[in-house]
Amino acid sequence: MHWWFPGDGNAYSTLGGKIDDLFYLILVIVSVTFVGTSAALGYALWRGASIKSDEKVWFSHGSHSLEVIWTIVPSAVLLFIALYQLDVWAEYRMKGFAKEKDGSPKVITVVAEVTARQFEWRIRYPANGKPLKPTPQPDDIYSVNELHVPTGGLVSITLRTDDVQHAFFVPMLRVKQDAVPGKMIPVWFDATMPGKYEMLCAELCGWGHYKMKAMLVAQSADDFEAWKDKASAEQFDDGYRKPAE
Amino acid sequence: MSTLNPTIDHADHADHGGHGHDHAHAHKQSFISQYVFSTDHKMIGKQFLITTLFMMMVGGALALAVRWQLARPWERMPIFGDMVFGADGGQISPDAYTMLFTMHATVMIFLVIIPVLAGAFGNFLIPLQIGADDMAFPTLNMLSYWFMWPAIFLFGASFFMYGGGPAAGWTSYPLLSLLREAAPGSGDAQTLWLLGLTFVGVSSMMGSVNYMTTIINMRAPGMTLFRMPLTIWSMFITAILQAFALPVLTAAGFMMVSDRMLGTCFFVPSGIVVNNAAPTVGGGQTLLWQHLFWFYSHPAVYIMLLPAMGMVSDMLACMCRKPVFGYKPMVYSMAAIAGLGFIVWGHHMFISGMNPALGMTFMVSTIMIALPSAIKTFNWIGTIWGGRVQFNSVMLYCIAFVSMFIIGGLSGIFMAAVPVDIYIHDTYFIVAHFHYVIFGATLFGVFGAIQFWFPKMYGRMMNETVGKIHFVLTFIGFNCTFYPMHMLGIAGMPRRYADPYHFPYLEHLLPLNQFMTASAFLMGMAQFLLLGNFFYSMYFGPKCGRNPWGANGLEWTAPSPPGHGNFDVLPVVYHGPYEYGSPVSGDKDFLMQTEYVPLAQRVAAEEHH
Repeated sequence: MHWWFPGDGNAYSTLGGKIDDLFYLILVIVSVTFVGTSAALGYALWRGASIKSDEKVWFSHGSHSLEVIWTIVPSAVLLFIALYQLDVWAEYRMKGFAKEKDGSPKVITVVAEVTARQFEWRIRYPANGKPLKPTPQPDDIYSVNELHVPTGGLVSITLRTDDVQHAFFVPMLRVKQDAVPGKMIPVWFDATMPGKYEMLCAELCGWGHYKMKAMLVAQSADDFEAWKDKASAEQFDDGYRKPAE
Repeated sequence: MSTLNPTIDHADHADHGGHGHDHAHAHKQSFISQYVFSTDHKMIGKQFLITTLFMMMVGGALALAVRWQLARPWERMPIFGDMVFGADGGQISPDAYTMLFTMHATVMIFLVIIPVLAGAFGNFLIPLQIGADDMAFPTLNMLSYWFMWPAIFLFGASFFMYGGGPAAGWTSYPLLSLLREAAPGSGDAQTLWLLGLTFVGVSSMMGSVNYMTTIINMRAPGMTLFRMPLTIWSMFITAILQAFALPVLTAAGFMMVSDRMLGTCFFVPSGIVVNNAAPTVGGGQTLLWQHLFWFYSHPAVYIMLLPAMGMVSDMLACMCRKPVFGYKPMVYSMAAIAGLGFIVWGHHMFISGMNPALGMTFMVSTIMIALPSAIKTFNWIGTIWGGRVQFNSVMLYCIAFVSMFIIGGLSGIFMAAVPVDIYIHDTYFIVAHFHYVIFGATLFGVFGAIQFWFPKMYGRMMNETVGKIHFVLTFIGFNCTFYPMHMLGIAGMPRRYADPYHFPYLEHLLPLNQFMTASAFLMGMAQFLLLGNFFYSMYFGPKCGRNPWGANGLEWTAPSPPGHGNFDVLPVVYHGPYEYGSPVSGDKDFLMQTEYVPLAQRVAAEEHH
């Protein structure tokens, strides 16, 4: 059975790969600790069970040096874990706001506005060649439950909700962010491979929480542009055709 | 009130708030004042214990219904489903599912874990272990029990409101919980839920004030702070935590009630349209609720854990026949957990949209709170090390406590690390983690404590064989239910999904979920053994003397069960609580706190070593 990370176990985003690395790092530290403490516990119990009836127990109220050791060693390990995580978090949530080295503002293309509502995702894209505006524009393109993004490089979405709280979750990319009423939250990620990735809601949003089923479609930049043109043509098609000449 | 001045001679003119009883002397009380509106801390403790045991079965039944849906989605649930969801063909509807897990958590947290620790064992043990004749405020104590009942009534009544019970999760995040149109359960049911929460809070607060006063003022002569059993330390620290954290939740609850009923907008931003209702007026922030809620509810996690840590330390020392290893580090680490517990609440909100810089500080404080927990674990192992381990059911529960706490503590590091939390937040990994801590650690500790202090409560022993069978079944059922949840979480299965198999990438998890559900039923059924053992032993268990375990604490100097006023001889304390296997104890392997060892004998033993 496959009881590990979804799909083939790999993350399909750069950040996801780093998250997995950190996960495995913690897993190793934690496993060693678990085996160590459990072995100590098991050995202590075994000794306690096999103690002879005339033998005296170890009458000890503790040991100062032991206490010092098992305060300092775990705190060093824990502090290492904590500090080692900071950079990936900064990359996911903060560096998008920072400036480039030459002082110019960092540019992450905003591809779409994703609006969660009970119980679906509504997505608004700017027309090809235009930036996403905070308010809807006449030539915006809309889709429901299908988010198209270009691969290769960071893209950003603006996450909002129409009603209650939701959370944008794409397991294969290891991306998650709550959509909070009254807030517009930028979420940036990249998709390293073109493909379809399942997208779902991760914050209780009502009885239909489990059915906010959607798909994130990652395409090459060209395919993405082509899809937008096609979607735009379909959306604005009013059935009128020029009479044959 | 003389009970506030524990002096040697106060036994002669004891005056319990005007009742005028004498200590531990048989006196006739009416049925009502003895069993119902009792002001005796022991009776109140037992009332709490039995109430919480029944509530545990209620909460368990709700959990089994949740598990049924995860194993057999949308299928008719036999018996329970036919009774409750007859109109839906015995099927759990998605909104009923949200209601079930909401109420499972509510019942288990607010009506089982918190009251069984502080209410039942805190009440029963504090006066007995510090050598007081009762709590400082007996009437307040009685009220703290009886304020549970409005809460139970309100939670119960919320099921019968139009639209069904509250269904916004036990965390009740707005706007889902706040706007009536947002969910079927967000109507009157949610208001009742909030009021119920307030009553639970009032009950806890009355207990907390009482415990602090009692522990500070009413210790027996010689019972210095550092001679108190760790149970008392843990109850003391818990009471402080509760006193400081709870007002915040109560205030938040009232703010939400006022948002719902008076039209204020503490938590409501403007222009939100839910279910085609009119747009909200707004001006508030939904994140405010999360901050206020977790400012209480994270310390509450320690309120749900610390007393069990204290009780397990007591039981481990007794069952290993040697002193607790590192008594003062144990006390300091509990204090550290309590202190740090106030600055880690943000780890529930890493991906909530709060300022990401806060995520960093909260991560460091959260990971560092693992340190005192680790110190405690090492000290428990040190306590067992070189002891004469008595493998009775009490010890088995304590071992389970320690080892399950190790797993629950270590799995916490994953979600404390913000980047990893991005992925596992709101998945089953979280569910696995907190069940390992709250069930695996706390509840096993409570099972041990029931078995250990039952003789003092009822003067009879509980059945050892049934206790062991209960332990084995619960232990196996527990691990087979909750360990696989880590795997579900890593596979990306979100919490609170009525039908995860709706998503292709989760379809293959159905067989694992079915196995977990079968284990959960085994575990649920095993609890009838505990109840059976408890009530049978209450009347038919073998009678026991004052000190069946050969323990050191003051409670074991009192008769079993102690009369009104607890002690027939006012205890005077000469030692710490863990002098097991002491060289000065003569031919027995324990030295009760009240036992005076003459100086010559102590010096002789010292030189002998």
